Amino acid sequence: MSNPITQNSKDYSTGGDEETTQYLTFFAADERYAIDILDVKEIVEIAQMTRVPMTPDYIRGVINLRGSVVPVIDLAVRLGKEGSQVTKRSCIVLVEIESRGEWQQVGMLVDEVNEILEIPESHLQPAPDFGTDIRTDFIRAMGRVDDIFLILLEVGNVLSLQELSQIAAIAKRAEPGRSGPTEQIGAPADAPDAD
Amino acid sequence: MSLESAKQTFIQEAADLLVAMEDALLSLEESPDDADHLHQVFRAMHTIKGTAGVFGYDPVVNFTHTVETLMDEVRSGAVALDSDLIAVLFDCRDHTAKLVDAATDAEDGAALDPALEAEGDALIARLAPRLSTSDDAAERGQDDAAEASASTNGGDHNWVISLQFRPDALRNGMDPLSFIRYLQTMGEIIAVFPNIDTLSDLETFDPESCYLGFRIIFNCETDKKSIENVFEFAEDDCDIAILPPSSEIEHYLRLLDELSDTEVKRTGEILVQIGALTPKELSRALTQQAVEQIQEDESDDDSQTPDTRPIGSILVEQSSISEPVLDAALRKQEKSREKATKESQFIRIDAARLGHLIDLVGELVIHNAAMKVMVKRHGIDDVDEVVGSVDHLVEEIRDNALQLRMVQIGDTFSRFRRVVRDVSRDLDKDIDLVINGGDTELDKTVVDKINDPLTHLVRNALDHGIERNDQRLAKGKPARGKVELSAHHDSGHIVIEIKDDGAGLDPEKILGKAKALGLVRPEQTLSRREILQLIFEPGLSTKDQASDLSGRGVGMDVVRRNIEGLRGTVELDSIQDQGTTVTIVLPLTLAIIDGFLVGTGTDQYVIPLAQVVECVEIGHEADVERQDCHYISLRGEVLPYLRLRDFFGTGDNSRSERESLVVVRFGHSKAGLVVDELYGELQTVIKPLGQIFERLKGVAGATVLGTGDIALILDVAELTSMLHRESSQHPALATQ
Repeated sequence: MSNPITQNSKDYSTGGDEETTQYLTFFAADERYAIDILDVKEIVEIAQMTRVPMTPDYIRGVINLRGSVVPVIDLAVRLGKEGSQVTKRSCIVLVEIESRGEWQQVGMLVDEVNEILEIPESHLQPAPDFGTDIRTDFIRAMGRVDDIFLILLEVGNVLSLQELSQIAAIAKRAEPGRSGPTEQIGAPADAPDAD
Repeated sequence: MSLESAKQTFIQEAADLLVAMEDALLSLEESPDDADHLHQVFRAMHTIKGTAGVFGYDPVVNFTHTVETLMDEVRSGAVALDSDLIAVLFDCRDHTAKLVDAATDAEDGAALDPALEAEGDALIARLAPRLSTSDDAAERGQDDAAEASASTNGGDHNWVISLQFRPDALRNGMDPLSFIRYLQTMGEIIAVFPNIDTLSDLETFDPESCYLGFRIIFNCETDKKSIENVFEFAEDDCDIAILPPSSEIEHYLRLLDELSDTEVKRTGEILVQIGALTPKELSRALTQQAVEQIQEDESDDDSQTPDTRPIGSILVEQSSISEPVLDAALRKQEKSREKATKESQFIRIDAARLGHLIDLVGELVIHNAAMKVMVKRHGIDDVDEVVGSVDHLVEEIRDNALQLRMVQIGDTFSRFRRVVRDVSRDLDKDIDLVINGGDTELDKTVVDKINDPLTHLVRNALDHGIERNDQRLAKGKPARGKVELSAHHDSGHIVIEIKDDGAGLDPEKILGKAKALGLVRPEQTLSRREILQLIFEPGLSTKDQASDLSGRGVGMDVVRRNIEGLRGTVELDSIQDQGTTVTIVLPLTLAIIDGFLVGTGTDQYVIPLAQVVECVEIGHEADVERQDCHYISLRGEVLPYLRLRDFFGTGDNSRSERESLVVVRFGHSKAGLVVDELYGELQTVIKPLGQIFERLKGVAGATVLGTGDIALILDVAELTSMLHRESSQHPALATQ
């Protein structure tokens, strides 16, 4: 059991001799998740979002990020949970995903961004084969922090562009009753802070 | 200029020259005697050789030297140009391109790839029998030999020297005869004709004055300069005109021809450079010109035309040069002048810089829109006028910036002349390529990407479209096949057609194949047009299909994918035994367009303005609704339409009281889009939606509005064709 961990841990280690890696933790659908801090490009507050029609529920829309059009994924829906309610604390975590030789920015809508944690390699365990309610290939590892386990997400799989772009196959007319096309919460002045 | 950038210039120059050479060779196939094209081939080899020499690319120099020598002989008529030789020259061109690539890629001092070297040797071996320097040439008809001996014959080296002494010559101690004696040491004097016209009457005759003049026919293989030197002492006491022998005139003409036309020179300078004129003769003529100028000024003070006599006519009058040489020199001068102006009309620009400029213009457009929104929101009337003129300027800047990247499609089309030539030769078919609308312009970024799909389609037409000669004759068609490439603009798009008059496609066979592959359900009925479009399905590109289709489908799905990647469409029409036409429709630019903003509920969408025909307000009673299909009668015309609100599912069900119908057009089909609000025109910077949405139908991209919101750009092509597909499945409705 320990062997696979050490093998895996090499892949994540970023600091060479340093045996710890920094993770950004956040809440989505009342669960706490974490991703490697090096995957995070930036965190932005929720601004005007434009709905894209005929897309699956987990595609929340597109935002204008300093002139570029960036798609936003509702992480909770993507993980198979109930859709997020946008609150004052909601944030978009921007990551860069590589696909077919191109890098594209993708936003993840999360309920709340928490602290950055340092988790030593020795505190990581591989994803259990069963027992989690999300797809196992979404999990990079389980990290133990103060005797509580949190799920470290495999961003490349959660936001796999190939998979997300399969929308044509399941494209159906969006059901009525879904939330309105443009969502706007409080003015930037009372925007949520990322603790 | 660093060595690296000089090298880049060389690569670019060589590429341009080789393209020119290819064009010239293709034209020579039609008319082998065209001197201009012969010269172009020669010049390509000559210039590449020269520049390659500067960089020390010896393999390039050696190879091009041989070809250049041959071309020189072709030019002079010593070697006949036939189709075999042209074929070899094509190979030589290709080989030169490879050598240039190899030379510029290679590390310094790296040896030439032996395979390439062997190829070059083989080509030179094929050229060798043509070169007149080889033994072979000696056997070629007596005419050539006679011509050659004539040119070496002494008769053609006769200079004509006109010597007219001035009256003071004898007083200054000159001995006119000594010059003639001295000339004999340089060559042979054929004849001397004394000129006694100037001899005065006996009464006024002054024995101390010199009235002598000579016309000397002088045979000597020397240049004008050295003959002039003979008379150096006497130059103040006599007028000399040295006329070159006729062979020299040819020599001058040739020198003129080879003179590089990179610099605009004065007539006199050109003539001195080739040796037809000596500096002294020139300065004499210039003095005379100045004198005449002064005289003219004195005699006619208020002259409206202060033009002096051109130096050329003075020179001819002085018998310094003969008229043909002057004419050639003047033509040369004109040509270099043209070239100089032409060169200054074009600037090479790094494509990346241009792209950056266009990105910036895009940002400018967006921020300008944002400014307009602000001004409107705050109701600052004073600023309105300024904003209006800024808006106008931004629009012009946008159009001009985009224009910078527009190139004519003709160059892309012309490249296929070679493809057609080579493929038809390989396949032993006789095929003409006809190009129409080569001056149609489109964005460089689009041009670069359609080359591959076009190549594929043209090859298909050549390979599988056009039948063999005997088959064509059997069908009662002319033996010579025809492939036509044409382009024209249509509502913000460019339409490219690839048309052949070949065998065409059999819809039955395609349908059978598609059914076998499960692309079409057996009970499904498809129109002929729909069946033909199946050719673009990936499944149909297998090789084991019906024989007259073989290969026809290979990669057609790739063609369609490439075209759709450019937001374009591709369609195929074919009539059996009459030919196939593939029509590609592409947007003119991938950057900025004029858009028309509409709204449904709270959503906003942009429709490319070029595709909007009209907007009509509609009442609810006007439309006929049946199931999912909607039709509206617009002034008697049945128009399929869709309600964007329903189609895109906005969520809230409250219908606007005043809906509008936007009639859009794509190609020949029209459709209606029902929207809640019309917001009007705006400049739209197209932003890609990215890979996630690449399969999304009906949406072509996104744009940032002045408010900072994002609006999606509707894909009119897809929406109209979807509506028409639906309507064709309900023929009863379509005929209403």
